[in-house]
Amino acid sequence: MPLARELSRRVPWERVRRVGSRLTTPLHPDDYLSLVNPLWSARELRGRIERVVPETDDAATVVIRPGWGWRWDHRPGQYVGIGLQVGGKYHWRSYSISTPPHRDGRTLSITVRAMPEGFLSSHLVNGCEPGTIVRLAAPEGDFVLPDPPPARVLFLVGGSGITPVMAMLRTLDRRGTMPDAVLHYSATSPERMIFRDEILALAQHNPGLTLIERHTDKDGILDLADLGRVVSDWRDRETWACGPAPMLDAAERHWESAGLGDSLHLERFSLVVAGDGGEGGTVTFQNTGRSVEVDGATTCLEAGESVGVGMPYGCRMGICHTCTLTLVDGTVRDLRNGDEYDQKNDRIQTCVSVPVGACTLDI
Amino acid sequence: MAISDVGAYAHLTPEEVEELGRELDAIRAEIEESRGDGDAAYINRVITIQRRLAASARVTLLASRWKPAWLAGTAMLGVAKILENMEIGHNVMHGQWDWMNDPEIHSSTWEWDTAQPAEQWKHSHNYIHHQFTNVLGHDNDIGYGILRMAREQRWHPANLGQPVYNALLATLFQWGVALHDLDLEAIRRREKDPKVMKRQLRQIGQKVRRQLAKDYLVYPALSGPSWRTTLTADATANLMRNVWAYAIIFCGHFPDGALHFTEEELEDETRSEWYLRQLLGSANFEGGPLLHVLSGNLGFQIEHHLFPDLPSNRYAEIAVKVRALCEKYDLPYTTGPLWKQYGQALRTILKLSLPNRFTAASAPEPIGPEVERGRKPDRERPTRRLETGAWTRASA
Repeated sequence: MPLARELSRRVPWERVRRVGSRLTTPLHPDDYLSLVNPLWSARELRGRIERVVPETDDAATVVIRPGWGWRWDHRPGQYVGIGLQVGGKYHWRSYSISTPPHRDGRTLSITVRAMPEGFLSSHLVNGCEPGTIVRLAAPEGDFVLPDPPPARVLFLVGGSGITPVMAMLRTLDRRGTMPDAVLHYSATSPERMIFRDEILALAQHNPGLTLIERHTDKDGILDLADLGRVVSDWRDRETWACGPAPMLDAAERHWESAGLGDSLHLERFSLVVAGDGGEGGTVTFQNTGRSVEVDGATTCLEAGESVGVGMPYGCRMGICHTCTLTLVDGTVRDLRNGDEYDQKNDRIQTCVSVPVGACTLDI
Repeated sequence: MAISDVGAYAHLTPEEVEELGRELDAIRAEIEESRGDGDAAYINRVITIQRRLAASARVTLLASRWKPAWLAGTAMLGVAKILENMEIGHNVMHGQWDWMNDPEIHSSTWEWDTAQPAEQWKHSHNYIHHQFTNVLGHDNDIGYGILRMAREQRWHPANLGQPVYNALLATLFQWGVALHDLDLEAIRRREKDPKVMKRQLRQIGQKVRRQLAKDYLVYPALSGPSWRTTLTADATANLMRNVWAYAIIFCGHFPDGALHFTEEELEDETRSEWYLRQLLGSANFEGGPLLHVLSGNLGFQIEHHLFPDLPSNRYAEIAVKVRALCEKYDLPYTTGPLWKQYGQALRTILKLSLPNRFTAASAPEPIGPEVERGRKPDRERPTRRLETGAWTRASA
């Protein structure tokens, strides 16, 4: 509806909302509007799951319609944080966006593979009803393709690492700027290859795009020493690699030893766990720019106080919640019950939490 | 008589006190373990109902010149304000719903529909009151710095006015709460840091301006010809909330069974002794589910003080277990109908407006020196320091 779009562009929504808040203080107008439609709120980015499309037997594309405040300015290859309420609690994970950025878009897609140990991924793939409201975090990530793209590109992909690359391929296709690109795509079998049909079609009408499939059940994992035989000019290509951690580690070593570290871009979508459990670590306070190394018996609150960060605190025994802060990065453990918090956006009570390896707090 | 050693008072050995603590910890763990979808649905439902009620009230009051609209609108707005302050605001700010990890229903971001800024409330209530519950000289909630509520507190001729102060406090409760974290006693003793006071006053001022403008300017203006009746409706709704909140809160620690403590109790107090002090210092009242929701589940004051950050909808089931523990350890469990609990609080207010020698004590007379009302200055509370939270720090 061009009229609605024109309207939403012309109206100074921020000012309208400020005036409206005179009626709703101490709440926001959005708190009432979201009673009418859950997407009518820009307080926290949110979206509604429109549909879940199966891709392979264990992977699905989740199509999300974002609510107010979503800016449609993500770059191909970036990921988005998704908060899903399971058992009453919001759990956050990051997934690569597989739709190209589209200023007038209505929905965005993420493609998720249900991991056996992946609590949230299996929920998204198997247990998510259309209509579910999820929280979103603004798109992030440096694993992006410049515009215009380099003349020669290699995409080195393993398994569900295809999702950010898919966003890039779709963007290149839509803009008609597909360079000389090679996609080396490994998956256990053709059936498990997410987006296989779409990629085949893309390769057919984009002469620049070459697809090299590798089915590791049959052919085994690619030894990078053999890369020259498969992609003879790999040294001349700017490379984007995404896949399981061992593959990325190998790629990193391979490109480094060839002295080409600068032309390799990596996306790690499984994080290496830092630290060895309750042994303490370096606590970094993001906004004050301070950090301190502490042992596994020192709480994050004490760590902050020891370097003069103005930590909020109250009872210091875990009852008053005055000290609650947002975890930006890393893992902490609740001393009372041993629960670990390792998700970005988790809110932790610093007076009873100790770092497990390096962690960063938003203060 | 104020208690200086909870264990000895309750005739429990230190081992028994620790055992009681472990059993209470187990109750806590069990509830934490079982929090889930149902609890999340509960708070979201209460919030939705409250907001629908508030919105309907505001719309209805646009026609408040018509008497039935005034009545319906005022009733809805009053109930909405009560729900917001008691079952939602108070409990969310305690962190009862922080486990949901929902930034919109979280103690660090919630602001409530009353004159006191959330941040000051979290300091004066969550920290001072819940940490130092009923300890003379530490807990400002014993009489709110206005009323003499314990026989140990020194009598002053000004206490003769207590019946009047009490009535004023009930009607103006929101404003009493707004000034609570300023610590009027400290100001009177000229011990308040003027810089902190200025910051707090500025924060209160900003909040009060927005609150007053909403109820007494914006909505009356929108009501056009009904402006005068909308104004009276808003004032009446605020009064309803004030009197109700006052009555409920006075039933929490002032009925006869709720005990006071001396600061000796605080020395080397263990977590289990803290539990025991909460149990002995609080009083419940009985009622149906609706009464409990409208009072923010503070009819389960004992359970709330034992577990201030467990979800309020679970207090009823916790109460069954706590009561069983009290029987097992032969501990008092103070409860009664709302009217009786409030009646006892009112009787204390009236009685203690007179010096002790004119009135009979319901318990043995206090021994030892009399104490000042209000709380100790911060420098005399060595293990803690004043912390007013992020907002005041940022503007310092």
